[in-house]
Amino acid sequence: MERSPVIELKHITKRFGNNIANDDVSMEVYEGEILALLGENGSGKTTLMNALAGIYYPEDGQIFVRGREVNIHSPRTAFDLGIGMIHQHFKLVDVLTAVENIILGLNEKSRYDLKAAAARITEICDRYGFHVDPFQKIYTMSVSQKQTVEIVKVLFRGADLLILDEPTAVLTPQETEKLFNVLRNMKADGKSIIIITHKLNEVLEISDRVAILRKGKYICEIKTSEASVQQLTDAMVGHAVTLNIDRPVPVDPKDKIIVEHLTIRNSDGVAKLKDISFTARTGEILGIAGISGNGQKELLEGIAGLQKIESGSIRFVDDNGKETELVGMDPRKITDMGVTLSFVPEDRLGMGLVGNMNLGENMMLRTFRHSGGPFIDRKEPFHLAKRVIESLEVVTPSVKTAVRKLSGGNVQKVLVGREISSSPTVLLTAYAVRGLDINSSYLIYDLVNQQKKQGVAVVYVGEDLDVLLELCDRILVLCDGQVSAILDARKTDKQQVGLLMTKLGGEAANE
Amino acid sequence: MNKVPLIHVTRRKDIFWVRAWLVRIIAVALALVVCGVITMMATGLNPIKVYAAMIDGAFGTSRRLWMLLQNIAILLCISIALAPAFRMRFWNLGGDGQALMGALGAAASMILIGDKVPNWLLILIMIVVSICAGALWAGIPAFFKARWNTNETLFTLMMNYVAVQLVAFFVIVWEVPKGAGKIGIINQNSNAGWFPQVGGQKYLLNVIIVSVLTILVFIYMNYTKQGYELSVVGESEPTARYVGIKVRRVIVRTMLLSGALCGVTGLLLVGGTDHTLTTTLVGGRGFTGVMVAWLAKFNPVFMVITSFLIVFLQRGATEITTTFGLNQSFGDIITGIILFFIIGCEFFLNYQIHFRKAHKEVA
Repeated sequence: MERSPVIELKHITKRFGNNIANDDVSMEVYEGEILALLGENGSGKTTLMNALAGIYYPEDGQIFVRGREVNIHSPRTAFDLGIGMIHQHFKLVDVLTAVENIILGLNEKSRYDLKAAAARITEICDRYGFHVDPFQKIYTMSVSQKQTVEIVKVLFRGADLLILDEPTAVLTPQETEKLFNVLRNMKADGKSIIIITHKLNEVLEISDRVAILRKGKYICEIKTSEASVQQLTDAMVGHAVTLNIDRPVPVDPKDKIIVEHLTIRNSDGVAKLKDISFTARTGEILGIAGISGNGQKELLEGIAGLQKIESGSIRFVDDNGKETELVGMDPRKITDMGVTLSFVPEDRLGMGLVGNMNLGENMMLRTFRHSGGPFIDRKEPFHLAKRVIESLEVVTPSVKTAVRKLSGGNVQKVLVGREISSSPTVLLTAYAVRGLDINSSYLIYDLVNQQKKQGVAVVYVGEDLDVLLELCDRILVLCDGQVSAILDARKTDKQQVGLLMTKLGGEAANE
Repeated sequence: MNKVPLIHVTRRKDIFWVRAWLVRIIAVALALVVCGVITMMATGLNPIKVYAAMIDGAFGTSRRLWMLLQNIAILLCISIALAPAFRMRFWNLGGDGQALMGALGAAASMILIGDKVPNWLLILIMIVVSICAGALWAGIPAFFKARWNTNETLFTLMMNYVAVQLVAFFVIVWEVPKGAGKIGIINQNSNAGWFPQVGGQKYLLNVIIVSVLTILVFIYMNYTKQGYELSVVGESEPTARYVGIKVRRVIVRTMLLSGALCGVTGLLLVGGTDHTLTTTLVGGRGFTGVMVAWLAKFNPVFMVITSFLIVFLQRGATEITTTFGLNQSFGDIITGIILFFIIGCEFFLNYQIHFRKAHKEVA
């Protein structure tokens, strides 16, 4: 069947200063298909889609919608053309309800009719098989619900081309499955969908065609039915990549961090962790699995001295077997005790790094107190920054570039590079590869493994069960703030972990 | 929909500094042209003459020049006081009150113990008292912010009014002569507590002190651990806590410094130049200083330039209204236009405007 393209991009070029984000990119999208746009971080996927959504205006090139050349100079123009983008960072007003957010900015002549809008929202939801309560406030919603609101918003405005920027990055496996079902329904309804991603198994699962970008250039397109993971990876990275995660056997594991009966409440008094006990050992990777928001954040921050602990104990065991209580200490005291504890937090630019400061200044964060006198030593941190750039292949114009200008993967490399530079004895990581492309992800796995081999006790909070099962030695499954089970990662499977994540102790398995 | 937009605007990544200064110079030149046109249309005066009068008003005589320098020094002093707080994203709008408290402290020392201790000791006491008074006035809102996360903007703003009322009260207590409702020149006969004149110039000492302070604040903010800490706190409190910076302590410490420097401003006004205390002594410089600090992006060295600009405009505007018998508002209009252009050019420094070329023919 010969189909006509809904959208045609011809020779799109977009520059930022001296960087070329998109270099002469041409591609098409057809009606009723799901196109996966695949590429590493900084390969220009989001920029290209932003040009379609009217956020950026390309310097060169033409865009055709249904055969007609158009100039998309604002998001409103894009909407009028039926193009809607769901951004990675949701653009919703927290204190408003779903329906208020959805009709916000619509230029209707008459007064807003919330009831009618709500009815239309329900109708859209029914048609594609998802659920939104139109009168629920955004701030009470889960990430997946917020994403649904974003999708409904776009459909409400009559979009027939949907662009989703890394939609699964924040979802659990179950939520992802739900989203994919919705996307399939939309496709059946004749809508075209572009999904930006770098998770290959998802690409293979959902898309009809894959378009691959590398360093701003259009590399090729592949029919999904004819593609393999290895082939896609190689095309994306530009050279052959091995897709195996190393898992050396732990050498002489010793107890390093002993957590007993730990309970933590958040500022609203809700118990986020209830009576948690476990031990992290040297030379071992302890994986933490669980649906996000089940106490992972509190657990790591509790160990790092950033959470008020209601009860329980966290003890650090030094090389001579002497135990030190960490509860009640702030990060400074923990460092002063000689406990080298490194922590890669979930929110990289919100907690781990300072976005407006440059690479060197960010390296200083951990060490600036070490030098004597009132003045700051800038030399050493800048040397460290250069070493990190070199060894971890950070892509940055210079050490004096503000960290927020780097892409997500490079930001993470800077953070991990700094945290392991202090040769820690304990390494805590939260979602270390979230939003990272395949190359960067494997680099991070390697780094974590290196630390493990050096005898570091690693606590690895992850969301990708496949990776957790391949990388970790033991897996602690959290469910509703409690320990659902601690498993030997070599002897369990995805099914079991998934069940433990949703039902405490996995009782459901016996039902 | 098929219309090609004539212009579109993109964010600049970086701008070469020469180019940035060129943009600023063009902005000032354009401002002068626009002011000239408006001057001609509104008053029929020759704009060149008006500008000449402005320059004459600012630099014309050595007395005017010294007045200019003195005004710059005081404004700069209060601006560099605000800089560390602003870098920490602590919006200290209480510069007026803090300086006034410093002035009150200095005046109180002069009046109460002026004839009881040797002059050098008196001046030392004045310095300590005014610094403490300013620091106290900034420390209170800082403590509440650190402890209970109160809104520092409102808190510091309200503290200004408390300071004004306190000064009004003490002006009545110490009024000379009784019933005059003002203090007049303090220690007019003994000159106790008056700062010594350096090089025979009444204002030179203030200028020197503020110059030294500016350099010190610049070093403090850019090269010390404490300066780094306050930048981190300003950028992201969670990050600061994550690396073990004691956020509350940094907030209070920085504000004590900010208030202390404001206190010094009050001290310079009372001990150095005015030798009296009135509720309008600081005259809104705590707010003008906010503008100076923002225009200079909280860099103390750039503040020298921005405070010069603002003082020059103020003095020039006053001069042309008297010389040409114009309404006071006319000077304000000129000042307004020039500031509009200078602040407006920031847009061109941060954004780039592309003019769309004629579209290529489709092959």
